[in-house]
Amino acid sequence: MNATLSRRLREHVPLLVTALLLVTMFSVGSVSYQGFFSGQVLLNLLIDNAFLLVVAVGMTFVILSGGIDLSVGAVVALSTMVSAALVEHHHWPILAVVPLVLAIGAGAGWVMGWVIHTFEIQPFIVTLAGMFLARGLCYTISVESISITDSGYTSMAQARIPLPGGMFVSPSAVIALLVVVAAFVLLHHTRWGRNVYALGGSEQSALLMGLPVARTKIGVYAVSGFCSALGGVLLTFYMLSGYGLHAVGLELDAIAAVVIGGTLLTGGTGYVLGTVLGVLVLGLIQTVISFQGTLSSWWTRIVIGALLFVFIVLQRLTALRRRA
Amino acid sequence: MLRQPVLEVHGIRKEFPGVLALDGVDFRLFPGEVHALMGENGAGKSTLIKVLTGVHESDGGRVLLAGRPATITGPLQAQQAGISTVYQEVNLCPNLSVAENILIGREPRRLGLVHWAEVRRRAAGAVAALDLDLDVSMPLADCSIAVQQLVAIARAVDIDAKVLILDEPTSSLDRDEVAQLFAVMRRLRERGVAILFVSHFLDQIYEICDRMTILRGGRLEGEYLTSELSQRQLVARMIGAELQGLEGLSDSARQQPAAPGGAGAFLRATGLGRRGAVEPYDLSIRPGEVVGLAGLLGSGRTEAARLLFGADQADAGTVRVDGEETVLRNPRTAIGHGIAFCSENRKTEGLVGELTVRENIVLALQAARGWTRPLGRSVQDELAIRWIRALDIRPNNPEALVRNLSGGNQQKVLLARWLITDPRLLILDEPTRGIDIGAKAEIQKLVAKLAGEGMAVLFISAELEEVLRLSHKVGILRDHRMVAQLRNDGGLTSELIMETIASGAQG
Repeated sequence: MNATLSRRLREHVPLLVTALLLVTMFSVGSVSYQGFFSGQVLLNLLIDNAFLLVVAVGMTFVILSGGIDLSVGAVVALSTMVSAALVEHHHWPILAVVPLVLAIGAGAGWVMGWVIHTFEIQPFIVTLAGMFLARGLCYTISVESISITDSGYTSMAQARIPLPGGMFVSPSAVIALLVVVAAFVLLHHTRWGRNVYALGGSEQSALLMGLPVARTKIGVYAVSGFCSALGGVLLTFYMLSGYGLHAVGLELDAIAAVVIGGTLLTGGTGYVLGTVLGVLVLGLIQTVISFQGTLSSWWTRIVIGALLFVFIVLQRLTALRRRA
Repeated sequence: MLRQPVLEVHGIRKEFPGVLALDGVDFRLFPGEVHALMGENGAGKSTLIKVLTGVHESDGGRVLLAGRPATITGPLQAQQAGISTVYQEVNLCPNLSVAENILIGREPRRLGLVHWAEVRRRAAGAVAALDLDLDVSMPLADCSIAVQQLVAIARAVDIDAKVLILDEPTSSLDRDEVAQLFAVMRRLRERGVAILFVSHFLDQIYEICDRMTILRGGRLEGEYLTSELSQRQLVARMIGAELQGLEGLSDSARQQPAAPGGAGAFLRATGLGRRGAVEPYDLSIRPGEVVGLAGLLGSGRTEAARLLFGADQADAGTVRVDGEETVLRNPRTAIGHGIAFCSENRKTEGLVGELTVRENIVLALQAARGWTRPLGRSVQDELAIRWIRALDIRPNNPEALVRNLSGGNQQKVLLARWLITDPRLLILDEPTRGIDIGAKAEIQKLVAKLAGEGMAVLFISAELEEVLRLSHKVGILRDHRMVAQLRNDGGLTSELIMETIASGAQG
């Protein structure tokens, strides 16, 4: 029993470390800065990072399966661009635009997954190609930023859902949380989700155990593409514009959030809840720096870089301990 | 008793680039029998199994399942047709729990979601049916290899297989675990399951199997009742010639002048150890001497050898090479001193499967020369052809991909790679593991010959007979400690070694 307990504990070390980090950062912020300690600061984390959370959840699927998706930032940008162009130039209703954008994202992911699986090419290079393609396609729509004045979008952007105690959240934050719940159920309680873990554990074994490797692998990239498109839709609400330079480098933030959330880059181990913590840590760093006031925003990058180093070393150490 | 075969194969052909692996093989498997598939490495056993399980597609021939023609297109489809396989290297997912590994792909569901309580209950049942005491919620990575193997069998059995293929399941099991496995196999046989069993241990074949099919060089040699074929006849049919190698060798190894008494040690380790791997030990190896390391799996044999190659850093003790104190910081230093190491895991630590035989052979030599002095293609070809001939590597095509070679021939390629660098000390870690008796004899002969020519050899093997046959001196490990070093001067027997391993007494 004791052995089981310590084993459970050891499995969750990266997750616990991240949770501890989050609590520490929030405590330090609360002690140091006036007005930091409030529920709304936490909720704002969620509101400001809803799109990143959705994208990072998609990335979690890919990394759990042992792959990587570099195209997410570009797909987000393309989604904002397609949305803005359809709404502003062609006056499509929001209810037609959003499903189309989601379908484009999922389709793009599906195609990349298909190429990765069929031709046995490194996901790194295929999604890199996807990244260039999607980013480039943005500029075929327009090289300029397209602002959105459509009433459907502006009302989504301004909508606030009141909570007790004078606090509020945005619809985007709620959507992001629903995505997290859906991803959790999918990963932990469906056969397909377990196949994702098996694929990340050992593709060779998954194949020999008769698991549907092709369907799983392609599906993972389709999910990531879908999440990127949804992230793009949420970013469109947030920015009220479409632009080819939106979400530059977002793929790296998403990967960082997943890794800080305790998912192994080699695949097979990790939790979608860890990714939530990872996104919150990234958001909190930004919040602390903006409260601090004098530090340049580049410090966010520096802190994230340092944290990433610490976490990959931590992962390596727990993996080595396990083997011993 | 013999009804309709549950599985029948006619004229199966399979060709890889440069290798004709199966050439018109026929094969029958009846319900309720344990059937041995026998043959040397490279005879086509693995290929036939992979065709039956849908990993490879055959290039010709017919497969009949319960009398009806079938095409097996993939592992999933093979499982659905009732053919389950347990491979030599455990093919499960170490990151998942035991329960999931048994049931993944077939998890019981409720409302479309995995019913976890039922998963654990069924997995516990499957494990209990094998008389295993195991917490099924444990990650597979925390289980020993032997237990992982049994979990793989539990998975195969749970699929409700009509045909169960066991490919070398016993190579990493100890005696009790083998007995446990055989009990399970007998129970399944009574239930009418057809079991195809592959093993290099002839005693095990004779203990459990009813019939056997013998392959040789990708062709069918014949099908026999186990009771009607003696072990000697079996071996003769496998290698296609009377076996003179092994009996003759015993004497030839001992007749080698036991390492020249006067010469100093090539390598002398004093108090060499590494915490958590192997306790400090002393060992000296003279030119022309074969030193054997015996001990159970996991007793620290490999760990001891890795220190001598600099693959792991010693944290205690000293090493003298040619009498001069040396720090073996890494394999590169060791190679510089003329030390070569053939690793136990030829797949993961030694050979590059995607490269050709030629490229694998010249790899170490090229590394020793450095990239500024590349070996010309004609030199490479000449070297490859010479060593392919010297070690009788089959197929004798330097451009064949190593991953298409059988285990024994891969081992020879690995040996060739190190021999080409002309080492003064050759460390062989389980060089004959998982390869057949003919190739084993050849490798043993080769070791004796190399020692005769003045090479120092450190020979690690789980097979005591083999260690005894070759070694001038045997170091015995137990629980990560060198408990004894015994001279092999006629009086040493495998019983004595086993006793030493068991008691841990200084001999």
